[in-house]
Amino acid sequence: MSKMSGLGGRLYRGETAIEFIGKRRRWYAVSALFVLASIAALSLQGLHLGIEFKGGSSFTVNKATATIEQARTAVEATGVPGELIVQKIGSDKVRVQTGALDTVQNNAVQDALAAQFGVSVESIDTQIIGPSWGKEITRKAIYGLVGFLIVVMLYLAMAFEPKMSIAAIVAVVHDVFITVGIYALVGFDVTPATIIGFLTILGYSLYDTVVVFDKVRENTKSITSTSSKTYSQAVNHAVNQTLVRSANTSLIALIPVGSILFVGAGLLGAGTLKDLSLALFIGLAVGTYSSIFIAPPVLAQLREKEPAMQALSKRVNARSGGTGETANVVEAVNGRGPRNQPKRKGRK
Amino acid sequence: MSTTNKPVKTSSRPGRTLAILALVLIAMTTLVFVQGATSVRLGLDLRGGTSVTLQPRIAPGDEGKITSEAIDQAVSIIRQRVNSLGVAESEVAAQGSGTNRQIVISVPGDTGRRVVELVGQTAELRFRQVLASASGVPTAGDATATPVAGVSADTNAKFAALDCTKAENLQGTGADAPSDTLVACDRAGGTKYILAPAEVLGRQISKASAGLDTQAGSAWYVSLTFNNEGTSAFGALTSRVTSLPEPTNQVAIVLDGLVVSSPRITEAIPSGTAQITGSFTQLEAQDLANVLKYGALPLAFDRGEVQQVSPTLGADQLNAGLLAGALGLGLVMIYSLLYYRGLGIVTVGSLTIAGGLVYLLFLLLGQWIGFTLTLAGIAGAIVAIGVTADSFIIYFERIRDEMREGRSLRTAVETGWVRARRTILVADFVSLIAAALLYFFAVGGVRGFAFTLGLTTLVDLIVVFAFTKPLVQVLSRISFFSSGHSLSGFSSKSLGTVVSKEA
Repeated sequence: MSKMSGLGGRLYRGETAIEFIGKRRRWYAVSALFVLASIAALSLQGLHLGIEFKGGSSFTVNKATATIEQARTAVEATGVPGELIVQKIGSDKVRVQTGALDTVQNNAVQDALAAQFGVSVESIDTQIIGPSWGKEITRKAIYGLVGFLIVVMLYLAMAFEPKMSIAAIVAVVHDVFITVGIYALVGFDVTPATIIGFLTILGYSLYDTVVVFDKVRENTKSITSTSSKTYSQAVNHAVNQTLVRSANTSLIALIPVGSILFVGAGLLGAGTLKDLSLALFIGLAVGTYSSIFIAPPVLAQLREKEPAMQALSKRVNARSGGTGETANVVEAVNGRGPRNQPKRKGRK
Repeated sequence: MSTTNKPVKTSSRPGRTLAILALVLIAMTTLVFVQGATSVRLGLDLRGGTSVTLQPRIAPGDEGKITSEAIDQAVSIIRQRVNSLGVAESEVAAQGSGTNRQIVISVPGDTGRRVVELVGQTAELRFRQVLASASGVPTAGDATATPVAGVSADTNAKFAALDCTKAENLQGTGADAPSDTLVACDRAGGTKYILAPAEVLGRQISKASAGLDTQAGSAWYVSLTFNNEGTSAFGALTSRVTSLPEPTNQVAIVLDGLVVSSPRITEAIPSGTAQITGSFTQLEAQDLANVLKYGALPLAFDRGEVQQVSPTLGADQLNAGLLAGALGLGLVMIYSLLYYRGLGIVTVGSLTIAGGLVYLLFLLLGQWIGFTLTLAGIAGAIVAIGVTADSFIIYFERIRDEMREGRSLRTAVETGWVRARRTILVADFVSLIAAALLYFFAVGGVRGFAFTLGLTTLVDLIVVFAFTKPLVQVLSRISFFSSGHSLSGFSSKSLGTVVSKEA
């Protein structure tokens, strides 16, 4: 642990610097690969939507001796239309999922299961989703997403800088794409709980980005009045300075989410807790990546286009004996930070 | 412009802030006991029960009918129906805003199917004269089927083809216009009818109740009273049909396109009060009375979602949620103790205070605004542990950064705070925006999640300002911390400020 703290000190002073901005093409390429894979997975496989989105009924019988075959036979005997999905949940439950049924058919399935397993109708956990309900939920989720992005963009533009808000939104959209892509690829069930997870990730990913950008803003407040660092270098320094914090908070955020996932998947088998925490777990990992590798480079790129920043780069390059060509900014950053100290090898 | 040159405010009194927080906590605890709110209200998914979400059905050309008032009216009618079940703590509420609203009905306990059927009857009640009736099987091609005089051939054909043994014909349509001649099944599917245009409407009934006729043994009946308009309409209807031949002397009570009951009219009833007798059981009589009384919903609804959770599953989910919370909280505390050493105590203390504050708020809000904790809500609170701990880390890392720049702990605690405060405020505000938008755009479980996430983010702000910061201030005056003891979390080794010596 203290080794990590020591690393924090070196990162803070810029003695150890990781190239987040300079090697941005590499990070962009990695992300582009993932986003393309996500789009491919989405268009080829699509998302595996739960009955909440398609309409349908789900019946769970709580009986250790219940078998899949018994449940299937009993429900098939009622003659309900559509495909049946019968699963064992945990060690003592059997779940039957059907297509959209009407009240009479739902009651018939409940009765059949109750008779087959000798349990009361009330003890069968039932979820019935009307066919139009899924559209409603989907529509609301999309409204929520769009509303969220707009409000946050406006807020960040006011609290920070407009270009920071653009960079932050780019990172968030990146996160959503990749997380959804992973769901399509692996074929995890998408339920309303998953959607909650997705939306929470947006908040969390932005939270991470906000903290990094806050440091960036502090470091670049009066940057044009000096000529010690280019904007890109200052951003890179800020990311390095907040790196330990980012690692720490991501870990601390993952611990409770991991606990929910462990308990939800391990003890309950399925349901809200598992779906929610799975989406969060995947999203948090992606969100941490984007707040370090995507948002800051995008911001640096946007700002470096400004004449003031280009002039700054020229001054910095001239000072450090460079050729003075702004095109080489990226290369100039590739050193060991402004102090030009010999890089220390790691402590024992 | 740099904050380093600003005179550091040392006049703030951490002791006083901590004392105020303690007083607030004590006051809240007292309030909990005074109001008797000693247990958190649990949602149906944590204790078992049935919830039904109804969505207004928009028929083409009917978009304007779904007004806020109509939904409010529907809510109060459904509430009366649900209350008639006599289950304590049943709830009926509209969610969403404006015309885009759903009605959510939650009834705890084992009443499952009855609730679904009761609130499912959502269309307007109508009284129609019976023109013809037959057993519920199709009679098309049957030589004995004689067309009924006085109705169109089209209606006769529909009547002949209608198969009441098919489930899809027993769904009710809610689409029957009062002025149309209607072909309908009864609810059990045993009989089908041709019905005349409606003459009396559900809203013209002022009272309905079930009663037991003790003189005629134990026969249950339903008595109903009409308002002025209804009295004259019902009087005219009954005096016209009572002398007609079977089955045209029957008046069908039609709800949602299905015949609930079709009593024979034995005499003209001009008085505005009537009795429906028959071989009712107590439950049937009460349900019919409820339909008559509360049948007149202004809108048709679709059942969006029905969820029936058994008490066993409820208990399982509650335990799982609590276990996940305890596990997450415990692991975060252990991690911060390992990483921040002595400073970890601040994290543990802050998380404990935050947990206590959230729990007290759950209790009080349950009492004040009927807040119920759902599984998604528990998940929201657990996720918020991360957000809360994050605020401490931002602050701690800031203090350490300030010390790396050569400041003393006591100074760093103040200068670090000025910078960390801003970051925490901005970051928490983004979290609040997310929670607020989730709450306003979503329905059901998502709202529960958003609510606890927002609530815990607010609590995080309170705790960071009123507990964490003052506590760190107090601790910075203790030599264990200010001298940089190796276990304090502020040692030069852990700050990495003595690298060169070791290299």
